Amino acid sequence: MFSFVVRRVIYLVIVLLILSFLTYLLFFGGNPGNIAAQVVGRNATAAQIANTRIRLGLNHSLLYQWWHYVTQAVFHGNLGTDFQNQEPVITEIKQALPVTASLTIGGAILWMLLGIPIGIQSATKPRSIRDRLSTIFALTFLSIPSFVLGLVMLYFLFFDLTDHAHLHWFPSGTYVPITQNVGQWFVHMILPWISIALVSAAVYTRLMRASLLDVLGEDYIRTARAKGLPRRTVLFKHGVRAALSPIVTQFGLDIGTLLGGAVITEQVFSLQGIGKLSLTSLFSKNLPVVSGTILLGAAFIVIFNAIVDVLYAVLDPRVRLS
Amino acid sequence: MPLFEVQDLRVTFHTDDGDVRAVQGMSFSLDRGETLGIVGESGSGKSVSTQTVVGLVNGAEVSGSAVFDGVDLLQASEKTMRGLRGESISMIFQDPLTSLHPLYKVGDQIAEAVKAHRKISRSDARARAVQLLRDVGIPNPEGRAREYPHKFSGGMRQRAMIAMALALEPKMLIADEPTTALDVTVQAQILDLIERLRTEHQTAVILITHDMGVVAEVADKVVVMYAGRPVEVADTRSLFTEPHHPYTQGLLRSIPAFAARLDKLEAIPGAPPSLMVEQTGCPFAPRCPHVVTACTTSVPPLEPAGSAPGHLSACIRSRHAVGVDATDGSAGQSAPSGESTSWKGSASV
Repeated sequence: MFSFVVRRVIYLVIVLLILSFLTYLLFFGGNPGNIAAQVVGRNATAAQIANTRIRLGLNHSLLYQWWHYVTQAVFHGNLGTDFQNQEPVITEIKQALPVTASLTIGGAILWMLLGIPIGIQSATKPRSIRDRLSTIFALTFLSIPSFVLGLVMLYFLFFDLTDHAHLHWFPSGTYVPITQNVGQWFVHMILPWISIALVSAAVYTRLMRASLLDVLGEDYIRTARAKGLPRRTVLFKHGVRAALSPIVTQFGLDIGTLLGGAVITEQVFSLQGIGKLSLTSLFSKNLPVVSGTILLGAAFIVIFNAIVDVLYAVLDPRVRLS
Repeated sequence: MPLFEVQDLRVTFHTDDGDVRAVQGMSFSLDRGETLGIVGESGSGKSVSTQTVVGLVNGAEVSGSAVFDGVDLLQASEKTMRGLRGESISMIFQDPLTSLHPLYKVGDQIAEAVKAHRKISRSDARARAVQLLRDVGIPNPEGRAREYPHKFSGGMRQRAMIAMALALEPKMLIADEPTTALDVTVQAQILDLIERLRTEHQTAVILITHDMGVVAEVADKVVVMYAGRPVEVADTRSLFTEPHHPYTQGLLRSIPAFAARLDKLEAIPGAPPSLMVEQTGCPFAPRCPHVVTACTTSVPPLEPAGSAPGHLSACIRSRHAVGVDATDGSAGQSAPSGESTSWKGSASV
């Protein structure tokens, strides 16, 4: 276990180094124009622009700038300084992360609560009416882009209800921190959660169905029935338990990816999360912030991959961490 | 009254491509402490018929009767069946590698079988599991009970399956090709184990196999199946000394250990008929060396054949030509009686 963690940490460091370098390479390769001029503003003098250029370190070579960023990130832990407002990038990420985490965790709980039972249901009675309905459900939400779903929900459940029916089911405004008011945090998150969960629930329904159908055809399920075990025990203890591995893999990857920012959902619901932060920083060519959000997303993916591997070993005694 | 009596069992699967008549009129009976061998090649309906009667086959149309200890299993509720399975009727399967759950400890899987039918504490069930593992000859049963199946060899897994099947001292054990996936020396050990348990507990055993050697070794009587039908029913000695049905004769001639006395190993030409086509004549007719026109006009019923009582054969020759084998140099006739039960090993259909 210890050597596993050490190896994964080394792996993480290498991934982050490579990614940050690629970010710098792509950023300057993409011909960003005169960044200093954009930062200072329209009416700046040539001298001001030149000063800013030096202040931001843009006069140095790409390699030097990257290395400066890496050492700053490592030794100061601030992930660089925002070009625009001089804030440490880490501060901005700390503000945005709770929003994205709220969205991710709530959404994940909701899509698991929807997807897993529907998937189990359709696997136990393949080709039944319920199975067909769940297939329709899955295909519908799989084919709707999440921004369409989000906008449609906003239109009908927020504007229509509030303006025309005068039902204030969903409040206006955006994210309320959970530390400030749990109830308000919850009601403000409902629509984003649903919009993110429905699409994923469809994926998990299909995944659970396929995996459980496979398992239910296994010889050990026949053995369990031959032992005279009750139906539920056969289904859950012997069937679902063995069908979980692919679900866990997908879940780990999804959580890791989403924590790195749900760009579209955050944009639709005006949530100031990581996705929104990376989008605005990209448009304003704010390199340290762009790089910071990319590294954060990568770190989450690597970390959750490692967690998935650990869970695999916990779930299946045949798998050993080596 | 026999412990288990199956009469005219028919199993049909309705598929998109048409009806598959997997079993078409299977009948046999079995007493306490008796071993019945069911022989036939793949797809002949051996496994389907037994798994159907214990309710492990889903989505099939089933008719006939299967009376076990006074209960018709084909009419019984799912609850009744669940009570019987594992408690009175146990099963072991062909592939011990996949028949044990990979995610649970072997001891726990056996204890689970006990707890499904008895009000018994967790620790007592565990202790019983260890005892059972010891009974089936697994060394260090305490330690082994705490291990997962992937740490067990094939033979050990089959022993563990047997331990699980015998946990509640069932009245009947259905062993579905219990030795097929095992190597020859382990095969003999497993057969000895089943034999020992049969004599100790008076358990009735249904042994499904395609291995004539295994049948010769352990069965008291035999049903030979072909294309979903029983074609010959006889006590083991009579089957091996006076095989009547041409299919049985063909099977015996294709056993290496046995055919060594003949000039060459004979294969039965052709392949079994499709189970999707309704049979209008003897299903073996296309491959039979003795085929006559009458064979193709109606399906021959099981009728007395040979000298032993209870020896039945589904061949039109049994009506008028008992003993016709003597003239065609059949393998069965040339086998010295008494030797038949000594064949061991890997004779396969």
